[in-house]
Amino acid sequence: MKRIVGRPALSYNCAMSTGQTGETDLLAIALRWREAGQRAAIATVVSTWGSAPRPAGSLLVCNDAGQFAGSVSGGCVEVAVIEAAAEVMRTGAPTLLEYGVSDEQAFGVGLACGGRIRVYVEALE
Amino acid sequence: MRLGMARALIAAQRDARAVVLFTPLDGGLQRLLDAEGLTLLALTDPGLATAGREALRSDRTHVYNEQVLVTPHNPPQRLIIVGAVHISEALCSMALAAGYAVTVIDPRSAFLRPERFPGVTLVNEWPQQAFAALQPDARTAVVLLTHDPKIDDPALLAVLPTPAFYVGALGSTRTHARRLERLAEAGVDEAGRTRIRGPAGLSIGARTPAEIAISVLAQMTQALRQEGGARGSAS
Repeated sequence: MKRIVGRPALSYNCAMSTGQTGETDLLAIALRWREAGQRAAIATVVSTWGSAPRPAGSLLVCNDAGQFAGSVSGGCVEVAVIEAAAEVMRTGAPTLLEYGVSDEQAFGVGLACGGRIRVYVEALE
Repeated sequence: MRLGMARALIAAQRDARAVVLFTPLDGGLQRLLDAEGLTLLALTDPGLATAGREALRSDRTHVYNEQVLVTPHNPPQRLIIVGAVHISEALCSMALAAGYAVTVIDPRSAFLRPERFPGVTLVNEWPQQAFAALQPDARTAVVLLTHDPKIDDPALLAVLPTPAFYVGALGSTRTHARRLERLAEAGVDEAGRTRIRGPAGLSIGARTPAEIAISVLAQMTQALRQEGGARGSAS
């Protein structure tokens, strides 16, 4: 049987939200990280084309310890966004990311649904 | 985003104030405006102010002029349930998960135990008084679960004149037919009577309290997202 080789094991952990997952609840989670002395970043879905799973305005928040909460897709591009957010947290400079249809590699970054999304990533500072 | 802006956004949500966040995609300074701020913005940048109002009205995020991300933060949708019955417990927890701020009204204090309804506002009053204070708006759903005419009928009379996007009443088809007759005698016109979803909930063969709650929440979602119920609070 052909084995599909993906990315190595990831050191990111989905943080528990408090039952509610509204966008303001996610901001509150990011704020608590900052108040605890961690760095935090906010990723916002800016626009979507085709059958993207999360609408514009959806949020993912993450910190420099590898925790995250919320989503910008159905799990397809979250890791790539969190990796980009690490750079944003280091430099403080926001960035605009774009993701399209998934590539051939099963675990490569991309949207399996065939949609396209743009994501704005900024530090909370 | 600045820490102060995140705090202001969270405070606005807590105080049920509608605000719009403007994020320039070139990394420029963000702005957070309420209705008053939008009025001032209209003096200098009417296009952007209109984009902000439109975002609140449609409850949708969009990009203005390929330059500015316009994100509405409307207060949460409200669900007001009349009757602290078994189905209410399931409907409360599901509606909270779906992002509603939930209130339960029941004049019978024996039913209205806080431990049954974590995270829910409880109102131990008759529906007429309760609704006069709660004032359902276009982002409010009302569900009547007592099927006791003493409680449900006054609730309907209080709710039907309001712009609530969903009014559902539990009870069999026969119970509902009798309810409609009573409302007609009480002077509720046909438009008012047909607004009531009765028996409440989508027809999915629900039997248990949790399944009935699923069918009611599904019908509320349909009213909100497919029937143009998702109106924001922008004036």
